[in-house]
Amino acid sequence: MNNFQYSRARDVADAIRLLAADPAAKLIAGGTNLIDLMKENVERPSRLIDISRLPLRDIEETADGGLRIGALVPNSDLAYHPLVEQRYPLLASAILAGASAQLRNMASVGGNLMQRTRCPYFYDTATPCNKRSPGTGCSAIDGLNRNHAILGTSNSCIATNPSDMSVALAALGALVHIAGSSGQRTVALTDFHRLPDDKPHLDTNLGDGEIITAIELPPRGFARNYSYLKIRDRLSYAFALVSVAAALELEGNAISEARLALGGVAHKPWRSLEAEAALRGQAATPDHFGRAADLLLQGATAHSHNGFKIELARRAVVRTLMQAASATPQSQAHKKIA
Amino acid sequence: MNAYVGTPTSRVDGRAKVTGAAKYAGEFAADRLLHGFVVAATIPRGRIARLDTSEALRVEGVVDVLTHAHRPPLADKDEAWKDEVAPEKGSPFRPLYDDRINFNGQPIALVVAEDWETAKFAATRVRVEYDQEAFATDLESERGKAARVDQPHKPRGDAAAALTRAAVQHEADYVMPSEHHNPMELYATTAVWDGNGKLTVYDKTQGVQNVQKFLCSVFGRKRDDIRVVSPYVGGAFGSGLRPQYQVVLATLAAVALKRSVRVVLTRRQMYGLGYRPMTIEHVALGASPDGTLDAVTHEAIAVTSRFEDFSRNDTGWADQLYKSPNSRFSHKLVELDVSTPCDMRAPGAATGVCALECAMDELAVALKLDPIELRLKCYSERDQSEDLPYTSKQLRQCYARGAEAFGWDRRTPAPRSMHDGKDLVGWGMATGVWEALQMPVAVRIVLTANGHAEVSCAASDIGTGTYTIVAQVAADALGLPIENISVRLADSTLPQAPVEGGSWMAASSAHAVLGAAEDIRQELARLAKALPGSQLADLDATKVTLVDGMIASNDPNGAAVSIADVMRHSKLERIEKEKLNQFAEDKSHARNTHSAVFAEVKVDEQLGVIRVTRVVSAVAAGRILNTKTGRSQIMGGVVWGIGMALHEETMMDHRFGRIMNADIAEYHVPVNADIHDIDVIFVDEPDDRINRLGVKGLGEIGIVGVPAAIANAVYHATGKRVRRFPITLDKLLD
Repeated sequence: MNNFQYSRARDVADAIRLLAADPAAKLIAGGTNLIDLMKENVERPSRLIDISRLPLRDIEETADGGLRIGALVPNSDLAYHPLVEQRYPLLASAILAGASAQLRNMASVGGNLMQRTRCPYFYDTATPCNKRSPGTGCSAIDGLNRNHAILGTSNSCIATNPSDMSVALAALGALVHIAGSSGQRTVALTDFHRLPDDKPHLDTNLGDGEIITAIELPPRGFARNYSYLKIRDRLSYAFALVSVAAALELEGNAISEARLALGGVAHKPWRSLEAEAALRGQAATPDHFGRAADLLLQGATAHSHNGFKIELARRAVVRTLMQAASATPQSQAHKKIA
Repeated sequence: MNAYVGTPTSRVDGRAKVTGAAKYAGEFAADRLLHGFVVAATIPRGRIARLDTSEALRVEGVVDVLTHAHRPPLADKDEAWKDEVAPEKGSPFRPLYDDRINFNGQPIALVVAEDWETAKFAATRVRVEYDQEAFATDLESERGKAARVDQPHKPRGDAAAALTRAAVQHEADYVMPSEHHNPMELYATTAVWDGNGKLTVYDKTQGVQNVQKFLCSVFGRKRDDIRVVSPYVGGAFGSGLRPQYQVVLATLAAVALKRSVRVVLTRRQMYGLGYRPMTIEHVALGASPDGTLDAVTHEAIAVTSRFEDFSRNDTGWADQLYKSPNSRFSHKLVELDVSTPCDMRAPGAATGVCALECAMDELAVALKLDPIELRLKCYSERDQSEDLPYTSKQLRQCYARGAEAFGWDRRTPAPRSMHDGKDLVGWGMATGVWEALQMPVAVRIVLTANGHAEVSCAASDIGTGTYTIVAQVAADALGLPIENISVRLADSTLPQAPVEGGSWMAASSAHAVLGAAEDIRQELARLAKALPGSQLADLDATKVTLVDGMIASNDPNGAAVSIADVMRHSKLERIEKEKLNQFAEDKSHARNTHSAVFAEVKVDEQLGVIRVTRVVSAVAAGRILNTKTGRSQIMGGVVWGIGMALHEETMMDHRFGRIMNADIAEYHVPVNADIHDIDVIFVDEPDDRINRLGVKGLGEIGIVGVPAAIANAVYHATGKRVRRFPITLDKLLD
């Protein structure tokens, strides 16, 4: 670990000022990922700006009936908040599918969005990695890539975004509130993370000196017909090979609204408006779900070890949509797949 | 008198462990303690061209940076580096010895600083340049270079010819990956500088006397100069049998700086130590249509390093288990640019028996026989390699009791024939076998007039329960409550013991306690007889028992006197006896433990997700000294076996010769969610031949057979035979 300066931000404006003053500084809240990366010498911030005491811990209803979640709300608090449990159980379920109770207690919502890939080459400073050291090359493309991306990859990087929470947020159409020296702005969660293209060192579209202040959920919560299914190499405490967030509104057996997002397959949560549009107005049947899966997985490409993910994702999408349609969401406590 | 032996006695060190009072190697304090941090090589083969420590040395708080070019002298002969369990052939690894790089992760410098964070930071400021050399780390691409090593198992008959003419044949390769040790406790040493060149070394090890002799030899010290202590070990499983490099580095730094030094490895650095070597196991079985075996061939190809030949018995186990007139076994090694493998729980058997038992399952399918029926048809009453009977072998009972507890008779034989909702259900079984070894161990007992006894021995307790069984045996032999027994272990100055491994410590330490207690008893009887007006004056000194604090005649109407009275009247505060127990050599019988393992898996038919919902392990291992810690041992073995079947795999990128999942986030072992019902059955197995107590040891047998039982269950569930471990879900998708 490198030596670093430490500052405690007095307020959001102070955090932005400190961040703007030092391009090599990093914000720290729960630190569950950043500290690991610092210990491995992957992240070497010159300064840590501690924002953990800023007043960004509220969960409140918005005027239009949605929910505004402060960036520093711990993941656990969010998952177990009554309004989230009742109105956005998909989000609660996705959060509980990730990490461990201890990590969820420490990790903040904003930090969850900022967590970095678990690509082993990114973590090992002895190997080339474009994300860690731009221009050195991608070791995963011709290396061990069993759990790497199948969608939206580039010749520079095939890393995945490891977050479960973000997959549910993508499906729910969440917005990210951002503050910076030039004021405040809001972006859709699906536009917050980016694809690697030729700049894989950039995970998100957050600008220099910007800070996440809140996540906003639109009113539609899909509390009746939803499921989050995470497929992994052991039954807990592993990153997704493939995960699926599915949410439906049904009129009888007809789909009036559908949301579908994949995790573990791309550099960002993967959502396809085309796949969702194809479901609208259709009966909730395995055939229609399969067609939506095919649309969602359009353009998927395999590398040497991860070809299985394409078929796995297709099957997982169908299964998750079946779970959602039958109002039997996947339990995160009982590992038998519903 | 057995008040404790054979009972579920709770761990005598349990309270110390859960309250934190038990201290581990990296937790011992010392005055002006320095901290060392290892700098590890990032290439697998070559030479250090330049090693620049100047920037690291300028970091405030750094005291020194030791390298091959800057260190105190180390022994220069291979013999000096051979510890008591080193491979016979080879040149043991010497940390910071010269500029050669033999494996990725090899230590090349030790930064020593006033605190650990400073040492860790300064380690990133050590600059190294290499002259890299061509290297190879992939067993599968190098398998053509495999060279045969000697194995104890002789061929019988003509296995090749018998296989060719066998009516039913099965032949396949089973691939077991390399697996790395991940005990909870990191490898650590605190070398305390006692002054005048003397050192007390707190080390994580399975053998303090092995480490002590090794350090004296490597550093050219006299026996009294170095004491090695290791009271508690947070898991080792074979990784602590040989002295690990951190003990050399901590001692080296203490010698160089004449100060106390602690070195704790990181999890990633532990992937530069030993491991279970990857093997490719070829098994060929030939049988008659009735299930009688005619031919067994088992050939293994395993990884070793370029500098040491590490090999274990993967292939000979069929000789113990299955009658066959023709058999052939071979073990070959491929030298690669990697660190030397080491023992890992049931070395050889965990992998070799997995291959054999998967092959037996495949043969049963080919013969249309129930897997247990096939095993009973081939059941061997003798160890065929030396043609010996067993001291005891209740394996038939293991099959019967295990099958009954599991409900095996409700199994439908066809694959994919059992269901639970969307899950395919599979039931599989396998046999386990291990050796029942025993070694010379010495124990000292000090009995004091207040009715307490201290039992001491250099043996380690690596978490298995040695403290507890030693206390149990001593309490029974001395006729004292267990609370009055204190046990001291794992100090090199205590009576002799070998490394704790091979499942031999329970039998070996228990009989050493019996031996010393016998001397105490005789001494007490002699004193009792000699007392003026003794009620026991006419006593036969060999026919007394110590019970409830009394010396009692074995005659039911005989007299008894209090031990405390005898000692008081004899004006003795303490009686001390030390005795080395050696087992009489007996080559007339084979000694083995056995098990039958039954597993239920539920596999999601579409997604391939596997859950091991039930395991029954029926074990025949002689007398069980402690049914509580014994059950824990077997459960731990089952959990690890589940990991071998489904999770564990060291992943190396052979372009870099570097392990890419060197942490416990990405190197998967089972977590709680992966573990469901585990039922342990100890089959009654009286054995008055093997040793006085009939004890065989439980350390390894719990894991053997488990991976095969699960693999066979996965086949039964899905109809897919996965022969490349671990069985991850991608291998089950179409």
